[in-house]
Amino acid sequence: MSEAAMPVLEARHITKRFPGVVANEDVNLKLYPGEILALLGENGAGKSTLMNIVYGLYKQTEGEIIVRGKPVEMSNPNDAIQLGIGMVFQHFQLVPVMTVAENVMLGSETIKRGLLDTQQVAERITELSQRYGLAVDPYAMVEDLPVGVRQRVEIVKTLYRNADILILDEPTAVLTPQEIDGLFDVMELLRSQGKSIIFITHKLKEVLRISDRIIVLRDGKVVGEADPKTATQSTLAAMMVGREVILTVDKDEAQPGPVVLDMQDVSAKDDHGQPALRNVSLQARAGEIVGVAGVQGNGQSELVEVLTGLRSLDSGRITINGLDMTNAGPRRVTQDGQSCHVPEDRHAYGMVDAYSVAHNLVLNTYFQPPFANGLTVDEQAIRRHAEDLVERYDVRTPNVSVHAANLSGGNQQKMVVAREFSRPVKLLIAAQPTRGIDVGSIEFIHQQIVAKRDEGAAVLLVSAELDEIMALSDRIAVMYKGEIVDIVPRNRATREGLGLLMAGAHSEEPAPVAGKAG
Amino acid sequence: MGGISLRRIGRALLVPALAVITALLIGAVVMLIFGDDPLAAYRGLFSGAFGNGRAWSTTIRKMTPLILTGLSVSVAFKAGLFNIGASGQFLIGTVFSVAVGVSFEGLPIYVHLPLALLAGILGGMLWGAIPGMLKVFTGAHEVIVTIMLNYVGALFAGWTVYAGGTQGQRPGPLWDPTAGAISETADVFPSAQLPWIFGPPYRVHWGVVLALLAAVLIWWLIFRTTVGFEMRTVGQNPRAARYAGMSVSRMVILAMVMAGGLAGLAGAIETLGLNHKFAPEFSGAVGFDGITVALLGQTNPFGVILAAFMLGALDAGAARMQFQSGVAADIIQVIQALVLAFVAAPAIIRQLFRLRRIPEQIEETTLRTSWGG
Repeated sequence: MSEAAMPVLEARHITKRFPGVVANEDVNLKLYPGEILALLGENGAGKSTLMNIVYGLYKQTEGEIIVRGKPVEMSNPNDAIQLGIGMVFQHFQLVPVMTVAENVMLGSETIKRGLLDTQQVAERITELSQRYGLAVDPYAMVEDLPVGVRQRVEIVKTLYRNADILILDEPTAVLTPQEIDGLFDVMELLRSQGKSIIFITHKLKEVLRISDRIIVLRDGKVVGEADPKTATQSTLAAMMVGREVILTVDKDEAQPGPVVLDMQDVSAKDDHGQPALRNVSLQARAGEIVGVAGVQGNGQSELVEVLTGLRSLDSGRITINGLDMTNAGPRRVTQDGQSCHVPEDRHAYGMVDAYSVAHNLVLNTYFQPPFANGLTVDEQAIRRHAEDLVERYDVRTPNVSVHAANLSGGNQQKMVVAREFSRPVKLLIAAQPTRGIDVGSIEFIHQQIVAKRDEGAAVLLVSAELDEIMALSDRIAVMYKGEIVDIVPRNRATREGLGLLMAGAHSEEPAPVAGKAG
Repeated sequence: MGGISLRRIGRALLVPALAVITALLIGAVVMLIFGDDPLAAYRGLFSGAFGNGRAWSTTIRKMTPLILTGLSVSVAFKAGLFNIGASGQFLIGTVFSVAVGVSFEGLPIYVHLPLALLAGILGGMLWGAIPGMLKVFTGAHEVIVTIMLNYVGALFAGWTVYAGGTQGQRPGPLWDPTAGAISETADVFPSAQLPWIFGPPYRVHWGVVLALLAAVLIWWLIFRTTVGFEMRTVGQNPRAARYAGMSVSRMVILAMVMAGGLAGLAGAIETLGLNHKFAPEFSGAVGFDGITVALLGQTNPFGVILAAFMLGALDAGAARMQFQSGVAADIIQVIQALVLAFVAAPAIIRQLFRLRRIPEQIEETTLRTSWGG
């Protein structure tokens, strides 16, 4: 890892323009053999664009990519693979109904006498997994594997194609703290065997822990390089955002009031008819934030859907403000239940991309006065309402007629938050409220959630980010395989303890974590 | 959305206008290949569509049902549904309105005519409701069901006027015994006929006014009412619609019922205004043309009027073109098919004319219907 060594990969003056947007501007980057280079930046900073260029998915507008000293032209990922570059995407590219071996050979099948030579592939997988500590069973069906193992399959896939430059795009997003430890062990082993790794992330702690060098991107530009030995979380955050950031949330002790949300023994199935919630009982009181932690895919999405009227219950009972809301529709839950819902996937549920900001802001109140009088809608009233909310919730948009799709992720989320939080509510259900948005917006939304609590609303906060749960919650419920394994008061919760609960280790067994692939 | 801004209208018109121009140019190339004179052909086409009063009246006559079937396809589109069934809905509307038109002799026109028109609308609604309900209750895809119902509708319509067979097959209920072996209905009573605005030889009836009124009504409904807001939300993002407390099922059925009603009205107007009877040869082809009209009109009711006018003019001018220049009238169908291809795949036009994709699109009309969604 000496500085004198020739870089295995170099990006020189890379600029990538999309119509109306400069995604990367004059980016320079060097990756040396046997190092882990962290590429740090907020969503939309241009990390993924840059890596997609390196992986041959995009063509740069200007600049060149140099691999082992030679300038290269790549027109698709196959060219990148030929050059020994492998990428593990945030959303895995695996076929669930095929075995590990079949998935690994997909696209470069080994054929013997006109048939697939699965055995030979399996042998190579076994050899690779022993060498790099990536335990996978070549004959296991991918759909049966936990997320952490699927990720290992993805890494094996790149190694099988002889990659020695690995790009890992947000690899820790779907893992438990313990699984993250496992991944970092693998990364260290890969490094010790001479592989070079680019680790894309926006998580500061992880960067400081694993990387040899840190490059920070902001607004498509490299804003600086940092040494993990000297950098701190706050210096890195300031580099990412361009200003000082408050990483902690200021809040007073909760003053819990009467029970607002009461779930008793609720069970429900997921989209595939498999049990997703098993006898879940949970309460939230006025003036408290109940965090729901867990690895993605352990029933949290279904929990939120059941509460907000989007999914029906098999059994159990839900009351909100004393009203029976068992199997009530979304309209009744928001109206009679006086609740609001920030959905986990804003593009799927929370907004209509092709609608204006103004129309999105009345998505669930369009039929009420002053927005509608009987049959017709009042565009003037809708516009005035939108202008007011955009101002109050700091939604950055040229005007309220702009299509919501044109806003940045953070502003889209603030738009959703504005719509939901501006109603007088007694129950606030927020699912992954800060996923994929910039630090500034995260700060703002966190403050709004605490403000809602202090106004006396009961808050149910579902998040895959343990830091977020820890920062905001007054009580923390942990979900594993559709059950609430424990509810811990915030002051007794530790990362390690929660991590074990998230892995289902209530009974001390180090059980693997089940979940759905992204 | 429904907002009126000249720039927006200009943008919206750009691709359809270029699609028509490109189709005409390719049509010209085809004619050249076959040794025909495209200039003469297009001169004939133009004079056949706009050359004199008769030409104008033909254009208007051809345009009228296209407005309604175009609206039918557009309304379904707004709710995210692809109604291929305007043809069947048109025929059922025709049969229903004729059934009322040949019954109830002696009713005053202000009762009989509205009743006959209403019957046509109801028939179409019924035929549209079936795919809507099947989608909601069984998940059957509306594209498949509407295609199938086109056959069922055409065969049912044919049966109602079947003249019977020599081996004792019973004639259909609407068959006119005085027509002998010919399968057709009697003429509807004059009290059920749409009056002329300009009588023969122009033969322009009040149907065109009804069609234009329908377009305005549909525009208002889609862009100015809460129901329209719900329908568009369901079309743009059904999951967000559910999240916001709207009933996706209700909107799917309502949109299909409205679509059917509009196509049914088209059938009623064609019969009560022009043909005055039904025979199996009166096909529902105008229902399929509704797809072209809707796409060319960007599923906007006013765009639909323009598109229907455009296609109506092509239809109207075809005969004159053949007569004047000797170019087969079939070339018009080739041109219409090319127009459909270009508006259905706007990327071709954008590429051809190097148009930049405008980031701020009008609510996008794309041929994406989710299978089983």
